[in-house]
Amino acid sequence: MQETQIKPAENLAQTAAPARSRKFLIKLLIDLALIGVGIAAYFIFPDNLGFITRILIMIILVLSLDLVLGYAGVATLGHAALFGAGAYGAGLFAVYFSADPLLGLLVGAIVGAIIAFISGLFLMRAHGLTLLMLTIAVAQILQEIINKERAITGGSDGLLGIDMDPIFGIYAFDFFGKTGYLYALTVLVIVFFALKILVASPFGAMAKGIHESAPRMRAIGTPVYWRLVGIYTISGFIAGIAGAVSAQVTELVSLEAFGFALSAEAMVMLILGGLGRLYGAIIGTVIFMVVHHTAASIDPFNWLFVIGTMVLIVVYFVPEGFMGLPVKLRRWLRWQK
Amino acid sequence: MTPDKTKMANDPSKTALNLQNVIAGYGDTQVLNDISFSVAEGERLAVIGRNGVGKSTLLNTLMGLTDLHSGSIEMFGEEIQNLPSHKRAINGLGLVPQTRDIFPSLSVEENLMSGERQGHKIEEAYALFPRLKERRKNGGSQLSGGEQQMLSIARTLMGGPKLLMLDEPLEGLAPVICDMLMDVFEQLASDGKHTIVLVEQHAELALEFSDRMLILDTGAIVFHGDTSEVRQNPSILERHVGLGVT
Repeated sequence: MQETQIKPAENLAQTAAPARSRKFLIKLLIDLALIGVGIAAYFIFPDNLGFITRILIMIILVLSLDLVLGYAGVATLGHAALFGAGAYGAGLFAVYFSADPLLGLLVGAIVGAIIAFISGLFLMRAHGLTLLMLTIAVAQILQEIINKERAITGGSDGLLGIDMDPIFGIYAFDFFGKTGYLYALTVLVIVFFALKILVASPFGAMAKGIHESAPRMRAIGTPVYWRLVGIYTISGFIAGIAGAVSAQVTELVSLEAFGFALSAEAMVMLILGGLGRLYGAIIGTVIFMVVHHTAASIDPFNWLFVIGTMVLIVVYFVPEGFMGLPVKLRRWLRWQK
Repeated sequence: MTPDKTKMANDPSKTALNLQNVIAGYGDTQVLNDISFSVAEGERLAVIGRNGVGKSTLLNTLMGLTDLHSGSIEMFGEEIQNLPSHKRAINGLGLVPQTRDIFPSLSVEENLMSGERQGHKIEEAYALFPRLKERRKNGGSQLSGGEQQMLSIARTLMGGPKLLMLDEPLEGLAPVICDMLMDVFEQLASDGKHTIVLVEQHAELALEFSDRMLILDTGAIVFHGDTSEVRQNPSILERHVGLGVT
């Protein structure tokens, strides 16, 4: 019999509790600091609120992608389908039924979830390259349907005529984007904390378990297929929220909402930040969009070179994304000593 | 683990598991050849045999992880051979695989939560394996072999199995850990809620623990009887497994 020693752990129980409280406090402080940064940006960059609002919306979309890709390990290049569904859902609702922002937000989220559920029923049976191709196909089909229904959706001209009512009948969407920014920030904070609770629950552990080994999860009683459909539907709900906020804040929805470029960029943002950590979605999106914005304003024709180089460096040197950087640095410093 | 109040106590007159003429393997390759046996509720069955005779394949077949070519499998009176593995687990079948298959990037707590089903709380798993509570925030890959085995067993128990299958759970572990795990198996077998099928290389441990023994050789049953019979006639083990019992 091979000898396997168990490490002494007498004091672990005593030291673990304060360490857990300390970690919880640190995480809470980080969350509060992030909210503080969001509020501070409102005052520091009053002339760039439109751009920063776009960042916040993209963070919501990338968070929804993190749930399926980072946690459940479902690779998709068609996440824009769910974003676009939410955007058109909220936009059409505002044009034809009610311009109430919160009602529209709910409609956008539900439309995103319905599209995710229906497409998820067959997508979640596929794997690998087949799955990637099918996710792209779903986005293309939806884009074409919206394009064909020109009389209702505006087709390639985009959906015009969205004029949102004030939030709670009080806070009107203004030209400078102040209300839109605070609205998007509030939605992001709610989505982020809801996702934190979800991924820390047994449901989140189950998603990670499926990512690690679907056959093992089946053997411990998890109906993997239906759970994946469920995760994809929740992700669609959140992506739909991102789309709805985008439609309401910009008061315009175009076919690009279903575009492959949006899906691919969301994936790049997530890979840059780090998969399966939520915070990675925030960091990756902010870095990608700021670099994109800066590079494009310096050289409008070659900005992709900068983005491409950055992705190459990160993937090669820090495959865990920017979230993995502190651990890498610590190891490197230890090695230097 | 605290017994599930919704379950009936074991009734030895009832059959927990019944296999009839099971032929199974991987793809076209046949590993199990016409296997038939039954296990009563609350019984402890040991399955022994040399390496590669089909012991793990037998458990994997029960779990629905191999290709069943023919035959029937009944669990607690219900045919399960056409059910997918997750439904077999929901119906009360639990497998602790030889490879442990814990999720290395998940913490101990997350590993347990991933197998959690209604009515089975993590605290019950911690009561059975206090060391896992101490390691609850550690990643699966940071655990020792013994701790990984505890986690694998505890995670299976989180699903509330009535029929627990243990595939060489003591392999590669220190004697002190083996003793501790055997105590846990004893506790589970004695609580009146579990029927246990133990695949084990150590014939003496298996004999000590089980009521009945099944010996496999090249995918077929070569002995099936009470462990008392084997104790009285150690040549059975010598003949089929090449082992003597002290």
